[in-house]
Amino acid sequence: MNPTPVLEPAQDRTMILNMGPQHPSTHGVLRVLLEIDGETVVRLMPDIGFLHTGIEKTCEAKFYQQVVPLTDRIDYLCPMTNNLCYVLAVEKLLGLEIPPKAQWLRVLLNELTRINSHLVWLGTHALDIGAMTVFLYCFREREEVLKLFEAVSGQRMMTSYFRVGGVALEPPLGFFDRVRDFAGYFPEKVDEYENLLTGNPIWMMRTKGVARMTAEDAIALGATGPTLRGSGVDIDLRRDMPYSSYEKFQFKVPVSQEGDVFARYMCRVQELRESIGIVRQALDGMPEGPIKADAPHVVLPDREKMKTQMESLIYHFKIITEGFQVPAGEVYQAVESPRGEMGYYIVSDGTAKPYRVHMRSACFANLQTLAKMCEGRLLADVVAAIGSIDIVLGEIDR
Amino acid sequence: MALTPAITDVEQLKGHPAVARLVAWNASAVEEVKFDREEMTIYVERGSIREACVQLKEDPACPFDFLSDVTCVDWYPREPRFDVVYHLLSIPRKERVRLKVRLNSSSPVVESLTPVWPGANYFEREVFDLFGIRFSGHPYLRRILMPEDWEGHPLRKDYPVEGYR
Repeated sequence: MNPTPVLEPAQDRTMILNMGPQHPSTHGVLRVLLEIDGETVVRLMPDIGFLHTGIEKTCEAKFYQQVVPLTDRIDYLCPMTNNLCYVLAVEKLLGLEIPPKAQWLRVLLNELTRINSHLVWLGTHALDIGAMTVFLYCFREREEVLKLFEAVSGQRMMTSYFRVGGVALEPPLGFFDRVRDFAGYFPEKVDEYENLLTGNPIWMMRTKGVARMTAEDAIALGATGPTLRGSGVDIDLRRDMPYSSYEKFQFKVPVSQEGDVFARYMCRVQELRESIGIVRQALDGMPEGPIKADAPHVVLPDREKMKTQMESLIYHFKIITEGFQVPAGEVYQAVESPRGEMGYYIVSDGTAKPYRVHMRSACFANLQTLAKMCEGRLLADVVAAIGSIDIVLGEIDR
Repeated sequence: MALTPAITDVEQLKGHPAVARLVAWNASAVEEVKFDREEMTIYVERGSIREACVQLKEDPACPFDFLSDVTCVDWYPREPRFDVVYHLLSIPRKERVRLKVRLNSSSPVVESLTPVWPGANYFEREVFDLFGIRFSGHPYLRRILMPEDWEGHPLRKDYPVEGYR
């Protein structure tokens, strides 16, 4: 058997073109096999798996709390979203009640994560199509978001800030002021990006009417997130199947009808504005109270208590050495990640290690739409189409 | 949000649109139902999975029109060894349902859902790759994450964490 998939040209006049896995526009290690007839794409086949690390298998050998850092690494652009999805699933298995402050902090940080992820998408997508400036502007603001992450969790990218039962630490003094400051000036920056792109004739020529996909195709192929909403399907899990108190926030779900690259671009840019609105609401309404659930057998005790109280010390020792047992059962928890429906399916057999962890990654399904978008279109549009799906290969290959 | 015991009685669960639809269509295809932690699981008889999905997809009251996920759980050494797990979502009604098919280790074959949802393609290839489940009627059933010449199926429970060698 051949070690890698091979396409054979179907006709004499067509040829096979190999794109990637080190092509700059494939955002990592995506390989795309293209059968082209002149400049027209006849067939397209993505080849993935270059970044497969077997995270699902690794999870089976870890305690429940040890899986949290692994979830950061599957999608390195939105670590908090993955953290959230995983801890929500485990909390559902345990039947844990999470205090309001922890839930609101999770919402706040998730929306900052969405901004972070969309900024990287916008910058690299524009860069692929040839707009260099936007890339620099986006990374300027992204730097601020990463500094906020560093302040709250000690890490810029692999945050691992959420814990089963709450969040790891109280945010540092002055953190909320810094977020408020960022939320104050960020909308102007979005105007700046839009000034550079939205009305720009070159941008419109490269994106409008390019890589079209109908709503029926998008649903049939399993697309979610902005890839689906760009085709006119109005679904957002934050609003429609709320989790972590999202039902208490007011926000609009941007939907575009055209189903082309420009429609998906508009969806995400408007999401940037909606996210900053949610961040403001979270800051204004941040409840007082504990940040961890009252469940000593699951949640690590405070450092102070651990050093003064025997019982806390015992709990600490037991959680670290034996983990905590989770009642047998199974759950599927989905959240709206910046790329679509991120789902965790966790099966517990009653022990302290998950029996099976499956990650339903949004990009994995969204990537299937690429062939539909590109076949019969020009080769140069493949780059725009890949950018508009917003792929992260870490999440696809896991 | 304390845990409540799972409900497994079909009669009690007929209020759920997916259970009602499948029982009305073919009660013998529904092997078992379970409502646990606010989630509905329906065990479907192995030969009926594709038809059951068509029934759910075309239900006028609550169309489960979106296939969220396909995966598998290996219960080695139990027989039937594999549970193939499907997660369906109804976009108009915002309902989820989980379908399960039990497969023996001697013939881990199940009908492919690609004729119903083309998006099942990658998910089923992944399950084939990592568990060795074969999907009959799949247009391109080849490894997707592991190299083509890899031996074994890594997510099976008898596959060691360190690898074979």
